[in-house]
Amino acid sequence: MALSRAASSPSRAALLKPLAAAISSSLFRRSISTDTTPITVETSVPFTAHRCEAPSRTVETTAEELVGFFRTMALMRRAEIAADSLYKAKLIRGFCHLYDGQEAVAIGMEAAITKKDCIITAYRDHCIYLGRGGTLLDVFAELMGRQAGCSKGKGGSMHFYKKDAGFYGGHGIVGAQIPLGIGLAFAQKYKKDESVSFALYGDGAANQGQLFEALNMAALWDLPAILVCENNHYGMGTAEWRAAKSPAYYKRGDYVPGLKVDGMDALAVKQACKFAKEHALKNGPIILEMDTYRYHGHSMSDPGSTYRTRDEISGVRQERDPIERIRKLVLSLDLATEKELKDIEKEVRKEVDDAIAQAKESPMPDPSELFTNVYVKGYGVESFGADRKEVRAVLP
Amino acid sequence: MATSAAQRFGRRLASSVPRRRFSSSAAAAAAAATGGSAVQRTQNPSLNLCSAINQALHIALDTDPRSYVFGEDVSFGGVFRCTVGLADRFGKGRVFNTPLCEQGIVGFGIGLAAMGNRAVAEIQFADYIFPAFDQIVNEAAKFRYRSGNQFNCGGLTIRAPYGAVGHGGHYHSQSPEAFFCHVPGIKVVIPRSPSQAKGLLLSCIRDPNPIVFFEPKWLYRLAVEEVPEHDYTLPLSEAEVIREGTDITMVGWGAQLSVMEEACLDAENDGISCELIDLKTLLPWDKETVEASVRKTGRLLISHEAPVTGGFGAEISASIVERCFLRLQAPVARICGLDTPFPLVFEPFYLPTKNKILDAIKSTVNY
Ligand SMILES: Cc1ncc(C[n+]2csc(CCOP(=O)(O)OP(=O)(O)O)c2C)c(N)n1
Ligand SMILES: [Mg+2]
Repeated sequence: MALSRAASSPSRAALLKPLAAAISSSLFRRSISTDTTPITVETSVPFTAHRCEAPSRTVETTAEELVGFFRTMALMRRAEIAADSLYKAKLIRGFCHLYDGQEAVAIGMEAAITKKDCIITAYRDHCIYLGRGGTLLDVFAELMGRQAGCSKGKGGSMHFYKKDAGFYGGHGIVGAQIPLGIGLAFAQKYKKDESVSFALYGDGAANQGQLFEALNMAALWDLPAILVCENNHYGMGTAEWRAAKSPAYYKRGDYVPGLKVDGMDALAVKQACKFAKEHALKNGPIILEMDTYRYHGHSMSDPGSTYRTRDEISGVRQERDPIERIRKLVLSLDLATEKELKDIEKEVRKEVDDAIAQAKESPMPDPSELFTNVYVKGYGVESFGADRKEVRAVLP
Repeated sequence: MATSAAQRFGRRLASSVPRRRFSSSAAAAAAAATGGSAVQRTQNPSLNLCSAINQALHIALDTDPRSYVFGEDVSFGGVFRCTVGLADRFGKGRVFNTPLCEQGIVGFGIGLAAMGNRAVAEIQFADYIFPAFDQIVNEAAKFRYRSGNQFNCGGLTIRAPYGAVGHGGHYHSQSPEAFFCHVPGIKVVIPRSPSQAKGLLLSCIRDPNPIVFFEPKWLYRLAVEEVPEHDYTLPLSEAEVIREGTDITMVGWGAQLSVMEEACLDAENDGISCELIDLKTLLPWDKETVEASVRKTGRLLISHEAPVTGGFGAEISASIVERCFLRLQAPVARICGLDTPFPLVFEPFYLPTKNKILDAIKSTVNY
């Protein structure tokens, strides 16, 4: 599982050494890295179901999982904040959409599925990629258009992919990825390996006709497809209610069952995704509406404060923040101390800084890469650079 | 040369040139509209291209109660702020946001126009016009023809910002005009400057045919010039010679013209006299003006940002070769985008830059 993998990375092992020492000296009864004793936790709010029986609010977890959630979400948050600075420093060009606020969706989903399951999303893809086990170096190198990036620097912020982990990537055209996800699910059904596809889309995208075409196909052919509406309540500057007659996205599949989930509660997301996977394998498609929130503006050119109040943003931060929720849970269950969590945050900060430094070392793609991957083979295009003496790429 | 680049494009010169006049055709239109002489001396406010579009939309809504403006986020001003203030002035009933659904937006616009209204639809970026491609190609373009002229959607104008901006990457940079130039029944119009944008947009909105109007988003803020304040239109399907010359004819449209203009200036230093033509309307295009120029110069160069293969330059080239075969002294040159997706990291290599054009001018003239 991606998250526990991230959580047991070498740097984490190093981080835990001082903690282990602290534990032995102060007679603490636990080791936060390995404790897998089941713990049960209630989700924040009940699930609301449409044409299906809602799963139980009682979620099973462990100390290891919760601390892992904390760590991975803190890392995602930090990475997005760092991307913001890099963008402002003009080291990231193009369009860049940040995920901070929505982290619980990425990690809760991963906690319920395997890498045989597929995920496909839109352009807000950095953290989905990290959740699938991508490294920070891949992320920052791609953001800065460097060779070491996950798409060789040719995709940029909106186009992250990870084939070995079933991540079919970041797509730029709103809604276009949804039917693709249905195609993935069809192929999976033939494979008979009990895998499913998660097709993610936003509340804005939910108004595209392609969603309804995809829903019909998925239901008609009983495909193991889970349509995840990440409802962050805005499509660019448009509040959901301005654009949708019914903003109850989990119900908009009509004949397709749906579930409304608190997308700020990683455990609720996990529970819903586990439920949805079982459902999809048995009965075909299901919609999961994740009630979530993006703290940043839509993209880097949007300050994010003209169409919503600052109070609204700070209210969500104070009351529903996905990282704070897990922090409180970990502390209240006495699974780690405040200091230990602070140390984790310090640690991920350093990991992010190191990855950025390393990514900056990676060279830009070779100019000849402009012509590769258009087709299987180049077909004899010839070009010259801005200064015509400088670059000449002739390909077979 | 009587006029400078600033006068034709108003580009990047907002601060360096204290007083500019609008481009010649807008001036003529202004003069004609006021019944004055060809040289009009009144001081008009300087506007950027975005504000000029905004002004045109104000006038369109003001002069025709059956006109509507809609699209994603337009009642808030749109992502480029071209529709700022319209909803306040004309009300939410005539200026409104649509959901994020391009195919629906255009289809809706066709229906609205079919009832005799002027429907001005905004597609947020030209890159996102493709979900609406079917509606444009199969519904809008053929409505009049297949109904034997009983119905039409001539009041439909689709506005979409197109083209490179320096770092837009794959989905905020494309120039899809050629796809639409393959569709009899619609018109395709692209302005080069603020005053042109205003006059051409008003023409498009009032033209009784469905039109795709691509706006050069690179110039939204960069291009500043005097724009006549009153209501004026500029003729469609009429190209304009914006720089006279004798050695080579150069044809372009939109933002690319200012790149071509720079190449013309450099070529002039090398003793080559270039004639530059703004096509303005790509479909149906003004073959006569281009032909007359090529008959004079004997050479033709076409430049656009879209990939060279199947670009509109190919159509111009073929038509001119048909008409001027014996007069041509060199092969027609096409300096265009490369045959790759619009890249994120190699934009300058991809684009038809000044130096590429200059190279081609020289090799064509010395052929
Ligand atoms: C077909 C298409 N139209 C418009 C856009 C421009 N655009 C990019 S994101 C976006 C808003 C999408 O909102 P939502 O689906 O809620 O996703 P979120 O950004 O909130 O994650 C718009 C209008 C696009 N990329 N593709
Ligand atoms: Mg949204």
